This record gives sequence, structure tokens and C-alpha cells, in this order.
Amino acid sequence: MTKAKPQASDTERWNLRLYVAGQTERSVRAFDNLKKLCEEHLAGKYTIEVIDLMRDPKLARGDQIVAVPTLVRKLPEPVRKIIGDLSNTERVLVGLDLRPRD
Amino acid sequence: MKKARSQEKQGLAKCLTGIRGLDEITNGGLPRGRPTLVCGAAGCGKTLLAMEFIVRGAREFGEPGVFMAFEETESELADNVASLGFGLAGLVRRKKIVLDHVHIERSEIEETGAYDLEGLFVRLGCAIDEIGAKRVALDSLEALFAGLPNEMILRAELRRLFRWLKEKGVTVVITGEQGEGTLSRHGLEEYISDCVIFLDHRVINQVGTRRLRVVKYRGSAHGTNEYPTMIDERGLSVLPISSLGLDYGVTKKRVSTGVTQLDAMFGGKGYFKGSSILVSGTAGTGKSSLAAAFADAACRRGERCLYLAFEESPAQIVRNMASIGFDLDPWACKGLLRFHAVRSTLYGLEQHLVALHKLVEEFRPAVVVMDPVTNLISVGNTPEVTAMLTRVIDYLKMKGVTALFTSLTGSGTCDERTDVGISSLMDTWLLLRNVEEGGDRKRLLHILKSRGMAHSSQVRHFLLSDRGIEVLEARS
Repeated sequence: MTKAKPQASDTERWNLRLYVAGQTERSVRAFDNLKKLCEEHLAGKYTIEVIDLMRDPKLARGDQIVAVPTLVRKLPEPVRKIIGDLSNTERVLVGLDLRPRD
Repeated sequence: MKKARSQEKQGLAKCLTGIRGLDEITNGGLPRGRPTLVCGAAGCGKTLLAMEFIVRGAREFGEPGVFMAFEETESELADNVASLGFGLAGLVRRKKIVLDHVHIERSEIEETGAYDLEGLFVRLGCAIDEIGAKRVALDSLEALFAGLPNEMILRAELRRLFRWLKEKGVTVVITGEQGEGTLSRHGLEEYISDCVIFLDHRVINQVGTRRLRVVKYRGSAHGTNEYPTMIDERGLSVLPISSLGLDYGVTKKRVSTGVTQLDAMFGGKGYFKGSSILVSGTAGTGKSSLAAAFADAACRRGERCLYLAFEESPAQIVRNMASIGFDLDPWACKGLLRFHAVRSTLYGLEQHLVALHKLVEEFRPAVVVMDPVTNLISVGNTPEVTAMLTRVIDYLKMKGVTALFTSLTGSGTCDERTDVGISSLMDTWLLLRNVEEGGDRKRLLHILKSRGMAHSSQVRHFLLSDRGIEVLEARS
């Protein structure tokens, strides 16, 4: 296991989707947390798509959204789901596979 | 009770489920615009009840519905109910029903801070609005507990969900798995206080028996018994029979016994229509023959007859009765006579009851023969059989069906006592016996009772021959 892949490789594209419901304090916080984290760990190779379920309620079904905010890592595969306002950075990094699970 | 009734008069709005029997015991269905909890152990029929509520709502009451499944996928659900002929796929296509499978897998979810279940609300709200749903089923909501780590958030959100559903004005069925000593594993009954239904599936003497009980129903009177329930090719049915009172209509009309001389003994006209008749006697006294005569006469009048045989196969009955001049086969071919032959031990008592119920609903017979009821004792004990027969008799009377029961009395036991203790339920009681006289066995019959009519008190000798049953003149 020489290549435990704690850091994203340089060529990988990160496609992240953040599901929120309305411009609530919590969803703004989640977005800010995500943005900060991406800049730190994935600078230059990520895209964030924010989906407001209040505007596109039908999209909740496609990605099996129950809780909000939910962050879905579409790429790289496999798909990962992270719920909450992303304030626990450690858990987010683990969830995104940017840090190995303990 | 009084309070409940006065509220009922003010009109607690109800929502018909369309499930046979359930609407009767709830006095008109589930509380409209409110959630109902349906709980029970695995395999008790919760999902089916929820699905029938949605499908029948859409099909029979013009109320579109959303079925949100937390455990089964849309296609699994469709497959599961395909055999029931619900036409689920068509209803989904015509936008009468939305099926939504909510997939939550704990291992795929990382929790990283505060959240709520607005996603679920949005999803449900979207489905409701899409088809203008009036009904919602959540099956089973408790899967959320397994999928989401934070129980505190979940409980707060469930409370909010039920409030939100009430505001939406939809009638909701929520299923929950039975817990240890609680109705549902995660205590959903705390949140759903309007109506709770409990389903039970137990095995007694190797015979599976389903029961349903309305644990509570706020603001409404409801039957409190455990009601026998059955799942068959048409879905769930609940038997509300014991809720019936003694208020069925009676008639003075008569029906022939099938034996001219016997009719004469009943004032020339036979049994009362819609009454219950018991024919009892020891083995080989001619009980089934009298039953066949009665069935044959009904078919001759062009009436439908349902013949429940617990001892012999239809073919055997037809052959045996042909030997004494009752040709039942043509009636069976014409569809006037229907046999339902099962070993009594095949089902539990409840299932016998449900089966009878369904046959009567479907076939609408004018007369029913049960031959012999005493065989049911092998299924249950005497009080249970008596209770079941009381239900049968009440039900048939309510339907105006004339019913003839044969009862085998053990030799040696007192003749004027039936083994199932049902004689008091019967309107007419015919007693058959054999006596030895001059090296010959003679068949005797007499009418022990026949409520509400003048009847012969003679003990008469009768013959069985290929010309049928002949009751001889009394010797003076």
C-alpha cells in the first residue's frame, strides 16, 4: 500500500454537488465551508454545483437526497455522500477520501 | 364512549381504505388528513396494507396517492403486488400513483455537522403536488433510524414531518416494525396519536393466523377486538363479523327442505328463509343426504347453493348423492351449485371464516350447506368453534342466506346435545337416529325445535332409496 492516496492526484477532476434547500444560514455556511476546504485541498481542479431544492424539487430524487445540506462527490468515482453543514472539516476530508479512514 | 360518539356525529372526517372489513371496524376508514401508524412484526402484512390503501384510494375513490418506500425499490414493490392485480404500473403511468424509493445506506453517508430532512420533505411535497395526492404511505419510516446516525435530529424532524403532513391535509399510513414491548421499534407511536393499527401473524398448532387490532383511534368509536385477517390473491381482508348485532331482518318466507313429507312436518312449507338449520345425528343416519336434498331443492328453484364439505370431495358427494336420486352434477355444471371442499385442518378457524366470507360475497348463494361443522373441532377447541360458528350464523343471517349445518354426534353421547354446543344458535334442529327393530335398522327423524312456526312433534321413520328421501307416515 505505497499509494494510499491521501491527496488528490494532479490530473483528477473533482465534481462536487451541494444540495441545499433555500438560502438558509445553514446552506450558506455549508457552501462557505466547502469552498474553503476545496481551495485548501483541491485548488484548481474542482467544480462546485449548488442545487437549491426549493427551486428544483424534482432533483432530490435523482441523487437520493433526504437530508440537507448534502454534498455529493460525483467525480472522481465512486460517488460519496456527505450530510451536514460541513463544519467538521476532519469528517468532510474523510468523507471525500482526502484523508484515510481510521 | 359517549364522548367519542358525539364527536363522531360532529363528523370526524374519515378516509375509506377500501380494504374489506377494515372500514367497518373503523366505522368508515382512517382519520382523514391525519397519520395512522400500522405496526407489527416482519411479514405481518404492513406493506400490503399501506399499498392497498394507496392503490384502492386511486382506483376506487379517485384519490391519487404517493407511496414512499424506504426498504424496497419501485420495481420490487411492483413485483410484490403484481399477483394481486392492482395494476400498479398503469396507475403510475396515468399519474394516479407516485412510487418513490428512498435509498439510505448508512455506510455511504458521512455526517459532518448540522442538517435537517428538508430533502425528504421537498421530495415528498414534490410527489404530492405532482399528482395532487390525497393519500401518502411511508413504508417503513423507521429505516431512517438505521440510515441516519443522529437520532436527536431525526426525532425532531419526524415531529416536524407529521405536523407538515397534517398541514398538507393528506391522509397518511406509516408502517413500523414491532419493537420489544413497544408497538414500534423506535417509538413512532409517540408521534402518531390519531390512529394506531396493530397487525399480528402467529402460528398456533402449525396453522398460521393473521389478526388485526385497532389499538387506538382518537375521537372515534372502533371495534376493539382482534379481527381475523387474511391475505389472498385479492389482498388483505379483515373480518368484522363479531361487531354485528342481532338486528338482521327476518322474513316469513319459507324454503323447501327438499323432501315433501318433511316440508309437511314444518307446517307444509319447509324452513324459514334466512334461518339456520342444524341436522344432527350419529354416523350413518342420513345427515348428508338431507343436506343434499336441501341443496338439490335450492338449485331446482334456480337458486345458488354453496356446499362446504369438510369430509368428502365434491366428486364423492356427487357420486354418493346420485345413488339416492339427487343428481347434483348438472347443478354444479350450470354454476348453481358450488362446492368448496377443504380439509378442516388445512386452515385455522379464522381462515375458514374468511374463506366462507369471500365465497359468499363472490358467489352470492341463497343457501349454504356446511357438512359437517363438527369437523372444525379438530382445528380449535369447542368455545372457539362455537364463537366462529356464531360469527358464521350471524353473517349468513345478515345476508339472508338459509344455512344448513350437519353435526355428527358421537354414539353414546346424549342425542340432544351437540358436540359443538351450537344448538342454541340454531332456529331449527332436526335430529336423526338409527334404531334397531326386528333385526332391521330403521332411520328415524324428528324436529326437536323450530322457532316461530308450528311443526310436527312426531318421530318419523324415513327411507333413503334411489328415488330420494321418503318420510313415512307416522304410525298411529
